[in-house]
Amino acid sequence: MIHTVLDILSIRKDFPILNRKVNGYPLVYLDNAATSQTPQKVIDTIVDYYSRYNANIHRGVHTLSQEATDVYEQARQKVRKHFNAAKSHEIIFTSGTTHGINLVANGFAPFLNKGDEIMVSALEHHSNIVPWQMLCERTGAVLKVIPMGLEGKLIMEEYHKLLSPRTKLVFCNHVSNALGTINPIEEIIAAAHKVGAAVLIDGAQAAPHLKADVQKLDVDFYVVSAHKMCGPTGVGMLYGKEEWLNKLPPYQGGGEMIAEVTFEKTTYADLPHKFEAGTPNICGGIAFGAALDYMNGIGFDAIAQYEHELLEYATKELLAIDGLKIYGDLKEKTAVISFNIEGLHPYDIGSILDKLGVAVRTGHHCAQPIMDFYKIPGTVRVSFSFYNTKEEVDILVAGVQKAKAMLS
Amino acid sequence: MTIKEIQEEIVDEFSMFEDWMQRYEYMIELGKSLPMIKEQYKTEDNIIKGCQSKVWVHAELEDDKLIFTADSDAIITKGIIAILVRAFSNQRPKDIIDADTDFIDEIGLKEHLSPTRANGLVSMIKQLKLYAVAYQTQLN
Repeated sequence: MIHTVLDILSIRKDFPILNRKVNGYPLVYLDNAATSQTPQKVIDTIVDYYSRYNANIHRGVHTLSQEATDVYEQARQKVRKHFNAAKSHEIIFTSGTTHGINLVANGFAPFLNKGDEIMVSALEHHSNIVPWQMLCERTGAVLKVIPMGLEGKLIMEEYHKLLSPRTKLVFCNHVSNALGTINPIEEIIAAAHKVGAAVLIDGAQAAPHLKADVQKLDVDFYVVSAHKMCGPTGVGMLYGKEEWLNKLPPYQGGGEMIAEVTFEKTTYADLPHKFEAGTPNICGGIAFGAALDYMNGIGFDAIAQYEHELLEYATKELLAIDGLKIYGDLKEKTAVISFNIEGLHPYDIGSILDKLGVAVRTGHHCAQPIMDFYKIPGTVRVSFSFYNTKEEVDILVAGVQKAKAMLS
Repeated sequence: MTIKEIQEEIVDEFSMFEDWMQRYEYMIELGKSLPMIKEQYKTEDNIIKGCQSKVWVHAELEDDKLIFTADSDAIITKGIIAILVRAFSNQRPKDIIDADTDFIDEIGLKEHLSPTRANGLVSMIKQLKLYAVAYQTQLN
């Protein structure tokens, strides 16, 4: 019997979607790394916003606008506190991780010269590769890759060798979306700073499982998406050190981001508004704050401990299936299992699991370079959240066995 | 047999199955049993890019009829391809152009033909029709 630090049955009641059936079976949702489900408290926050104080922010003289502005700014405070940023204007609301990465990539263009180097890890999501390739094309900078080893970990000796005074930027995810590997970002950040390079960490896959302290990490930029941590889609956070955010030019022009506009010259607003052109996702930002309240109410230590129990149990049960191979390291990772069964296509396994009500991700997980590395078309990825149960692991394992029997 | 008659025959066969599992098992059998495409035609050019499983299609004209051969690296996809090839191959291009694909709904495989399903089958049907259009032009 699994030892549990959380009252899972009571937690599950917070998520209305977990009651639904899929193809006649109770939903077993194991695609949390793609998007997490939304608790009633967050849904209520969204309904409350549109029912009571929907208004544009920062510019209205009327009461609704003032209320919306206050709650939106409170949400920014919640995000600041959660990630322990020193100042609330270091928190920029974005449309999500990809937006945050593009904002930084775009902003760095004026500081790069031909021959400068940008370094990315081999474990990246496409969204963390393509913007840098585009930036290199624009500036003549060169993209370098921190290689990975067979166990799905970065080869840190190679990283240290690649660093030089030419390195201007280093980009790495905190946790790999395809494999769940937790990268040694403390070491990556400290070493990059020694050669004068800035560091952006993609925290999208880490944030649902562990609490990052941006000051302690001494990271220059950290980006996340709300929808992977019980919040809505279309909103996320870019944390940037104040000195960097002041240096970077604005990403988009529009309302909200200006101080003064004439046809001759526009002066930009102060942080964070300089980077929040146009009407932001007000409701999304507020709901992001509510999602952080919800998760902190459960507690990240308890979440990490429980998810680890689930991970260990699922790993053991899945490995008992003949011909099943798990990719990546088995220890230093979040609750993600990426696997294949010898001779079977991941798409076929995923299709049969779906028929049994079990939602998993199959394919290359937007990380084709990793799949190329292992010479496979893709994997089946199961990713757990704190509301999943041991019983659901059993349903998954039985489903995989059934798929194997049908397909072999 | 006309395309319509073949499709009705397939619908009849599938009506015997009681649940999805039997349907899938049958499709998997179809997928396994068919030596579909000659290796020489499994080229990059003949790949239909679905997101997850690869699908190859080759077409050639024999007299006034179009012969399709195809393959996939995923077995369920391969089973559906086998059904499509059975329905559309060895037919005149004009009839292929005019044929509809509603029978896929009737045999309970609708979800595989949703345009957002990342298996390349929608593109595959489009490709079969494009071949038919191209050969029809040639015949004219």
